[in-house]
Amino acid sequence: MRRLIYLGPLVFFIITAAYFALPIIKGKDPRILPSAMIEKNIPDLNLPPLLETKPGIDKQALIGEIQLVNFFSSWCGPCRTEHDFLMRIGKSNIVPIYGINYKDKQKAAKKWLLDLGDPYERIGRDVDGRTAIDWGVYGVPETYLIDKQGRIQYRHVGPLSESIFKEKISPVIKVLRKQTNG
Amino acid sequence: MIAELGHYALVLALLIALVQTTVPLYGAAKNDFSLMGVAQPAATAQFIAIAIAFGALTHAYVTSDFSVINVAENSHSLKPLLYKISGVWGNHEGSMILWVLILALFGFAVAQFGIHLPPTLKARVLSVQASIGVAFLGFILLTSNPFLRLDPPPVDGRDLNPLLQDPGLAFHPPMLYLGYVGFSMAFSFAVAALIEGRVDPAWARWVRPWTLAAWIALTAGITLGSWWAYYELGWGGWWYWDPVENASFMPWLSGTALLHSAVVVEKRDALKSWTILLAILTFALSLMGTFLVRSGVLTSVHAFAVDPERGLYILAILVLFVGGALIMFALRAPSMKLGGLFQPISREGGLVMNNLLLSVATATVFIGTLYPLFLDATTGQKVSVGPPFFNATFVPVMIPLVLLMAIGPMLAWKRGDLSAAMSRLWFAVALSFGIGIFVFWLHSNEPLTPVIGFALAGWLAGGTLKEFADRIGLFRDQLSKSLSKARRLPRSAYGMTLAHLGLSIFICGAVADSAWRTEVVLNAKERDKTSIAGFEAQLENVERLEGPNYHLERATVVIRKNGKYVTSVFPERRFYPVQQMPTTEAAIYTTLLADVYVSLGEGSKAQGWTLRLWYNPLIPWIWAGCLIMVLGGLVSLSDRRLRIGTPLKRAHKKVQANGLPENA
Amino acid sequence: MAKNQLFMLTLAIIVSFPLNAPAVEPSEILQNPQLEARARNLSQNIRCLVCQNQSIDDSNASLAKDLRKIVREQLVSGASDNEIYDFLIARYGDFVLLRPPVKATTYILWYGPLFIFFAGLLLSVLFLIRRKRIMPEEPLSLEEKEELSSLISREKEG
Repeated sequence: MRRLIYLGPLVFFIITAAYFALPIIKGKDPRILPSAMIEKNIPDLNLPPLLETKPGIDKQALIGEIQLVNFFSSWCGPCRTEHDFLMRIGKSNIVPIYGINYKDKQKAAKKWLLDLGDPYERIGRDVDGRTAIDWGVYGVPETYLIDKQGRIQYRHVGPLSESIFKEKISPVIKVLRKQTNG
Repeated sequence: MIAELGHYALVLALLIALVQTTVPLYGAAKNDFSLMGVAQPAATAQFIAIAIAFGALTHAYVTSDFSVINVAENSHSLKPLLYKISGVWGNHEGSMILWVLILALFGFAVAQFGIHLPPTLKARVLSVQASIGVAFLGFILLTSNPFLRLDPPPVDGRDLNPLLQDPGLAFHPPMLYLGYVGFSMAFSFAVAALIEGRVDPAWARWVRPWTLAAWIALTAGITLGSWWAYYELGWGGWWYWDPVENASFMPWLSGTALLHSAVVVEKRDALKSWTILLAILTFALSLMGTFLVRSGVLTSVHAFAVDPERGLYILAILVLFVGGALIMFALRAPSMKLGGLFQPISREGGLVMNNLLLSVATATVFIGTLYPLFLDATTGQKVSVGPPFFNATFVPVMIPLVLLMAIGPMLAWKRGDLSAAMSRLWFAVALSFGIGIFVFWLHSNEPLTPVIGFALAGWLAGGTLKEFADRIGLFRDQLSKSLSKARRLPRSAYGMTLAHLGLSIFICGAVADSAWRTEVVLNAKERDKTSIAGFEAQLENVERLEGPNYHLERATVVIRKNGKYVTSVFPERRFYPVQQMPTTEAAIYTTLLADVYVSLGEGSKAQGWTLRLWYNPLIPWIWAGCLIMVLGGLVSLSDRRLRIGTPLKRAHKKVQANGLPENA
Repeated sequence: MAKNQLFMLTLAIIVSFPLNAPAVEPSEILQNPQLEARARNLSQNIRCLVCQNQSIDDSNASLAKDLRKIVREQLVSGASDNEIYDFLIARYGDFVLLRPPVKATTYILWYGPLFIFFAGLLLSVLFLIRRKRIMPEEPLSLEEKEELSSLISREKEG
């Protein structure tokens, strides 16, 4: 019995060390926050349009089909990184993308889209960032997957890429499509 | 050329460390004096080799040799010389060189100054110390080599983060490393004792100077870091419970428990297992701190470099050494000879309680710091554990500890008289009460927390002073008799008194600052005035100037009291073009009883500037209290007994190092 | 991971430092001092999500500023502290609070130290009792006997 007590520190240490090893092995970034809004309905929103040629975004527009909502800004570097991929999604018609321009100047955002291309079906302007806060956004870019009922099903923090889309988002889209068809 | 020399020196150090690990250990097992004797010159050679490497790296920085990748990434030709030097350890690779340098330094010191250590123990201690060196030198050479070259070399470097270009921060890492790398020696002693299968009072006496030296350095290092954060970061806070701060605080708490626990082993040959365990634990916490800062596992303002691969390597070292030591502990500790008996109410009992409370404090900080990690790894949920948690849980542990600190020293060894001790503490009660009432009178309509805090500080100061007075018979015997007793008191007694008083002063400072700090924020144009804590502050003007490697805006703020001029302070906002980074340099006017802290924000002549002023009562006592603790440690370290390793000669019989009278 | 990336990441982490300079701006301060005091208190408990371990009260980041504004707006419109916390938790999860909530998932966190204290106390007591049973009361050592006699003789000398 006594010996067991002397083993205590070792046992405790091994458990602790295992906990240290796990995040490293899993490759987790401690700064990425999981969304608190998964499975919740998207908040109310009514965002004015960025361009004259495309409508803004209101809650109704986001209900009825599976879609991606992408928060972006012209001053955001990583947004530029993901833009090429967003253009490909836009062209491929896998799933529609809606854009929310976060805390940006209208002129700068317009020019940005002009220079890099516009993958969005609709673009809304979130001038003061309140809408973003309602969605639980804490930085740009962030991309949300919305289902037909208007619920948030997945959120990706940081620039989107082909591999992330394939590994994380595509499966969810497939499941969602099956649900409504089955 | 010099960089290559540094590189070779590191490889050489690794080879020497390998020899130092294996040969003396084998020699100790075989009782072969010549093999054991390898340890001393090996430790010296290892230190010299690493010193050469460190010198080579420093040379590269000072000469701005940008063909060395490490220099190119962290330095710049325009940087002032002091920061070129401190840039050596302002990055991951360079700081690891500093790490092994200090590791080797302690080995060298024990080799040179540990004259009275029995050869087998000395050989084993140096062997364990060298094994740690092998692990980290391997780590450096395999993953973090600062001597790699860049071809073609860039024209200039990327510069050091401006925040690190500061005298306070230049010295904070070396001091800190002296501290928690220094605890490696206590670890080596503990493991050596486990290998020998024996812990006795002599062992405790031999391990004490190294543990004390590390503790002193760690206290100084943490204080320096805290003070730096206060004056540099611009909003007058001095402790954030940031994970990396906690990573240095945990070994401090555990190291303090170790120091006190070793006293019991030394005086009464008891608490051996606990002391060994604390020695292992303290260094384990140091290693854990090294791991946390460099692995990216936790978010922190301090995080050095985020490299999971390096993190795994350090984790492997951690598992190997701490796991190995704990296995040895589980095997050997149960069969160690039990030491002196004591009653629960006794000095030993008090120190057991002290151990327990400090361990709980360490555990509290540990749990709070690592819980987000554990929860995330287990359930994927994320939770934040910030200052509110630590303030709610750490402080309640400290309260009984402070109460105990006055009572413990009053109790006799082996069998203490609690009622006698308590009656001697009338002075502590009186002082505590007096200060409490005084504070209450000054701040009568406010919550009672500071009153309690000050009362505790008064209790501690009163108890410490009374204990000292009783020891020298002050007010009881003639003054001359007391003074002669005071002269003959061992320095460790002075050390303890100073250190405990230092803590009391620190408590006053911490309580006052957290309870009564005031802040004023305003938008000020030139010539605008405001007032804070009885002072008037006027923004005279804001100039734009050029510094050595930055542009700046400097404000002149004149401080007056009752219309009379007191002083002018010059808060700045700087911009470092190479790193494209702004910093604030707060201006502090200190009266030694309080600080007026002024910080300049953004602004312009037309719109005015954001000006922030704080009044921080008694904040200088925080640094003063910590410095007095360091002083107490130094005084204790200079105790003659520690240097010689034998107790003071008795009038009648000489006593040997192992505690037995000479002729026995 | 290239050294460059490492460095940039370090830089990125530390760059947030000066942004985390004292943060509440004069224009944000509420007229009502009690509400402002509550705002400061709440802010100190709310995490700045784009910083490293700072509260929104301490950070100059744009998100921190937005959150501070929301806190103050809600206070002015009469929300209680808990309502404001709930508003933020609904959007960001428990992570946004610097004082972790006390729930089943955090019992170990909040009660752990207390548990360790009592466990340690129990171990110490058991250990002491056991020692007493094993070791009989030991006689004075040679050293102690000698010290006793010298003390007695010193006392006699006065």
